[in-house]
Amino acid sequence: MRDIFLLSPALQPVRLLLLLLFFSAPGWTVSAHAQTGTVPDTIAQRVAACTACHGKQGRAASDGYYPRIAGKPAAYLYNQLINFRDGKRHYPIMTAMLDKLSDSYLQEIAQYFADQHPPYPAPQPGRASAAELERGRQLVHAGDSDNNIPACIACHGTNMTGMLPAVPGLVGLPRDYLLGQIGAWKIGTRKAAPPDCMAHIVQKLSPDDISAIASWLSAQTVPTDSQPASLPVGTRLPLECGSQHALRAQP
Amino acid sequence: MKRITIGIGICLLLLATAVAVWLMLANRNPDLDQTAAPVTNHEQQLAQGKYLARVGNCMSCHTARGGAAYAGGRAIPTPFGTIYASNLTPDPETGLGNWNSDDFWRAMHDGRSRDGSLLYPAFPYTNYTKVTRADADAIFAWLQTLPAVKQKNRAPELRAPFDNRALLLAWRALYFRPGQYQEDSSQSVEWNRGAYLVQGLGHCSACHSTRDRLGGIGLKAELEGGLIPSLNWYAPALNADSLATWEQQHLAAFLKNGVTPQRAVTGPMAEVVANSLQYLTQEDVQAMASYLKMRPADNNASITSTDNLQSDEKQAIIASGARLYENQCVNCHQASGQGIPSVYPALAGNQAVTAPLATNPIRLVLHGGFAPSTDGNPRPYGMPPFGQIMTDAEIAAVVSYIRNAWGNQASAVSAHEVNQYRSQEGL
Repeated sequence: MRDIFLLSPALQPVRLLLLLLFFSAPGWTVSAHAQTGTVPDTIAQRVAACTACHGKQGRAASDGYYPRIAGKPAAYLYNQLINFRDGKRHYPIMTAMLDKLSDSYLQEIAQYFADQHPPYPAPQPGRASAAELERGRQLVHAGDSDNNIPACIACHGTNMTGMLPAVPGLVGLPRDYLLGQIGAWKIGTRKAAPPDCMAHIVQKLSPDDISAIASWLSAQTVPTDSQPASLPVGTRLPLECGSQHALRAQP
Repeated sequence: MKRITIGIGICLLLLATAVAVWLMLANRNPDLDQTAAPVTNHEQQLAQGKYLARVGNCMSCHTARGGAAYAGGRAIPTPFGTIYASNLTPDPETGLGNWNSDDFWRAMHDGRSRDGSLLYPAFPYTNYTKVTRADADAIFAWLQTLPAVKQKNRAPELRAPFDNRALLLAWRALYFRPGQYQEDSSQSVEWNRGAYLVQGLGHCSACHSTRDRLGGIGLKAELEGGLIPSLNWYAPALNADSLATWEQQHLAAFLKNGVTPQRAVTGPMAEVVANSLQYLTQEDVQAMASYLKMRPADNNASITSTDNLQSDEKQAIIASGARLYENQCVNCHQASGQGIPSVYPALAGNQAVTAPLATNPIRLVLHGGFAPSTDGNPRPYGMPPFGQIMTDAEIAAVVSYIRNAWGNQASAVSAHEVNQYRSQEGL
């Protein structure tokens, strides 16, 4: 891990914002605690540590790095926690944080954040050209049949708010985070349970495709109903995805 | 001239003989030839073996992250290079499938592999030598019941000259005292059980001692605390003095549950609690706690902490730390530094905070953490990381403050020390 906390001077305003958000987080700013010496025995209090980076209720901070976890499907969040623990995703602080937590506690944590639905912020202004945005829209909605790339919406839902049980939403995420994750799949540092459908698709995307998709997705406004969709009965995902095989058995 | 040459030759020969005799004598192992004890109840032996493998925490090192249990491959970093834990599953080609209980006994008791080669002491045979033949046999019998996993062992990646296994003969002569645990009849059954577990399978001294430049632990350094090489966490001394403020029941609960009203386990010890100690019987953790609390301290070995600051300089740092504490820490750890019982640990009177090396509090403030899930504490509360919102100087100030508030007394911490831990690989 290389100096992830050392923010450049240009990011000082971000730092301030982080500070502000941090202290507006629930859990450890309830001043009554200081006098009474008790804390509520709630899951919110137990996982208050997570909101230092992931924002109040998991809504994400505005730094564009730590993702929103609120409202994502519980099974998706649980898969990610397990993947950090088992070395399929790499972020040393996350791994160290949850390394010794039981599967059932990780499930409870995933469910808690899945049940949170704080409002989404307006999309960040982007710098992509109209042509790039159009290419992104095209890939998200229709894919690229010449290169055998399915549309994003085929798995992530028509509204791109995710699909139960474990496909995450794609809207409401910053461009940098989307680029970071797709890039990690491309170079093999992020993996999902085999067969890893995302890895399969990302290998076919060019750097320009990835940039276009991230630009277009991050420019979208999250629909009012941001709940993940359900796969219509009788339909199948275009690819076999190991991470969709519900929750994994306990080791 | 000729006589001088002959003289030198004789001297060298004598010296070589003396070294050879020393190596031979020092590498003797009195009870290596002990034969397997007869087993009457096989089921019971397997249950015992499963339990003892937990006590020895074999799985933690012999399992890679996300890999098959006991199939090896985890990298063990040392100051001499990296050693990869071996495959303990009964695969005949890559694991222990072709081993018998005599081979396993020789590894545990004498630190030698099946082919007779010397094992690197990253495998704590210096402790496991204390284990009885019956206990070693039980562990072996249980390991043989695991699903066989084909996974080749990875060769150690050590710097020269440490890559030469023959040099281990000298290392063993200096540091390895083979021999099963000997009961001390002047002590209670509980004390003896605790000593057997702490010194043997528990291999507590592997971390809770200061190792010298050759990675050895001198007799006086044993369990007197130290910085764990390569992992860079401070493991405190375990003796009557250092544990004086611990009630025995709390010490036992700490080992088994990872939490007490005043404390929560962190760092590498969290892994030990999660993978090993939480599975021990109440009697065994009590025996360990009882033995540790009665262990006489060796005060000469204790590490002291000093800083070169003028008193007004130190006071200024502590005062700025106090303001940060009031803003950031007070809601959980309280103005009194007493924390919230069994939820947020007390910082007042906490030796993890005032340890001679401030490594642990620095790393906790930087990276946060959760205590492990255990039966006694299945849903632990967490501490957030502060590294992303506080500068090195701010963390240095707040750690200096908690090390000197509420009657705590310890050296102040510099921003440079904090910075060392920002970019720790693997945390």
